[in-house]
Amino acid sequence: MRVLVQGAGVAGLTAAFELAVRGATVTVAEIRHALGGNASWFAGGMLAPWCERESAEQPVLDLGRDAAEWWEAVTPGQVTRAGTLVVAAPRDAGELERFASRTSGHRRVDEDEIALREPDLAGRFRRGLLFPDEAHLDPRQAMAAVHDRLSAMGVEFRFDADARHISGFDRQIDCTGMATDDDRLRGVRGEMLILRTPDVSLSRPVRLLHPRFPLYVVPRADRRFMVGATMIESHSGGPVTARSMIELLGAACALHPAFGEAEIVETGVGVRPAFPDNLPRVEARGNTVAINGLYRHGFLLAPAMARQAADLVFNHDGTKELAHETVGQRRSA
Amino acid sequence: MFELLGTTLPSRLLLGTAQYPSPAILADAVKASGTSVVTVSLRREMAGGRAGEKFWSLIRSLGVRILPNTAGCHSVKEAVTTAKMARDVFGTSWIKLEVIGNHDTLQPDVFGLVEAARILCEDGFDVFPYTTDDLVVAERLLEGGCKVLMPWCAPIGSALGPVNVMALRSMRGHLPGVPLIVDAGLGRPSHAANVMELGFDAVLLNTAVARAADPVGMARAFGKAVDAGREAFSSGMLEPRDVAVPSTPTIGRAVFS
Repeated sequence: MRVLVQGAGVAGLTAAFELAVRGATVTVAEIRHALGGNASWFAGGMLAPWCERESAEQPVLDLGRDAAEWWEAVTPGQVTRAGTLVVAAPRDAGELERFASRTSGHRRVDEDEIALREPDLAGRFRRGLLFPDEAHLDPRQAMAAVHDRLSAMGVEFRFDADARHISGFDRQIDCTGMATDDDRLRGVRGEMLILRTPDVSLSRPVRLLHPRFPLYVVPRADRRFMVGATMIESHSGGPVTARSMIELLGAACALHPAFGEAEIVETGVGVRPAFPDNLPRVEARGNTVAINGLYRHGFLLAPAMARQAADLVFNHDGTKELAHETVGQRRSA
Repeated sequence: MFELLGTTLPSRLLLGTAQYPSPAILADAVKASGTSVVTVSLRREMAGGRAGEKFWSLIRSLGVRILPNTAGCHSVKEAVTTAKMARDVFGTSWIKLEVIGNHDTLQPDVFGLVEAARILCEDGFDVFPYTTDDLVVAERLLEGGCKVLMPWCAPIGSALGPVNVMALRSMRGHLPGVPLIVDAGLGRPSHAANVMELGFDAVLLNTAVARAADPVGMARAFGKAVDAGREAFSSGMLEPRDVAVPSTPTIGRAVFS
């Protein structure tokens, strides 16, 4: 079966992999001239379904639980399994209690254990939560790794290619995110920074709870740290605003004052596609299967969505049109 | 039923639309609460012209009246500009006016508030000013043309509930004919019932519902509390006494001999 995957973001890459390993002849068409520039490129890369459950619904935990395993298997060496540390300033202790009561899969850590796990945070926080089963990756390296793996498997990549003008495939997988024509989708703007400093070292993503400016810092290679991310109801992909920058930097400095001396090596904006319930969907229409609405959970939920899409493609007789159906997890309430 | 600026509203609860886990949960919460007015903030979404349009159309589709607000504005000029944008976007003259004076406490800048209120009232807006519980400021706002006031009962998002009941009572007592909506600081349904028992006309809240573990359940609970508080106020509550009074009197009890 010949399948055209439209879009080389995290949804497209994971879908291409699931289809290719099941024997499809896969072509990936991407409108940009290279990997990157999409929402996935600006993601945090946290595989943190237990933490996300604080504001996300149960399907995010159910679908995201196995994500770290998938990424480890497909992109060996890319995943760091060191958990997530959640801390709050003493005056925001209530936020920590709130977070703990909304989530599972964590244990409480005291000042000594925080110092042991993250020596640079020693003496800065007296209480925290450790989510030991969570993991993280560098989205850009992981995307490149999937790309290379797919190329080695014989998947063809066409960059600068508008998929609307490409034909001759049995199936199409629409992974174009905000570019797709779907009235239900809205954009949720996320702004992020990449800082570089030799003065701070972290082994795992750290979330700093704050009633107004919650923040996460994800350590990356070369002394870089991804600091994110705002959540604004807007489809604007314009530059980071001064206000958001101030909030992000203020929170980063509250986590560790040495971030004040860091270099800002990059600022970025991603527009996350979201359905009204902020949960993803895999839907079939005619010969097209669409994966969309990954919201702020691209790397976390893409593997599960890719599997569902591949199931849809392969469980149907190639001569029959796909029925209009939804496999996405809908909220039950 | 509740008469507000010539409009009859079925509910005395007004709900904010920020910070919900998803727009779908927001929609369910609005339904469960029975609210007939929602507030929506305009400022941050303006980043790219009408870049927030999708979210706004979700809000419009809730089928309730919209009270746009100027949340996050720190100056008269910003607040007036935002109010005008809001009138264009939502086609309503209603505006909840916020002019923030202190970044930490989000306390209103009452001087800027009075000035902005006067400008907007002259321009034909129905201004709902978010103010403190200060009576003199309240009078200045009324002089400036406001027909409704929205005093806080505690700082925004603090969930403290009424921290100065005396001031709230005094405001209610001094301004018997003015619709007073307690805005900001409510944490739990009993807080809402409490201020409604004091005779306030309505309450507006957001964080207490949006950030609850189950926003829909909490919205329903607040809806009930607001109704209960109002009905208690209308039904005449017993004043506290210093002595115990048995509910079954000794005199008049049946005598068994």
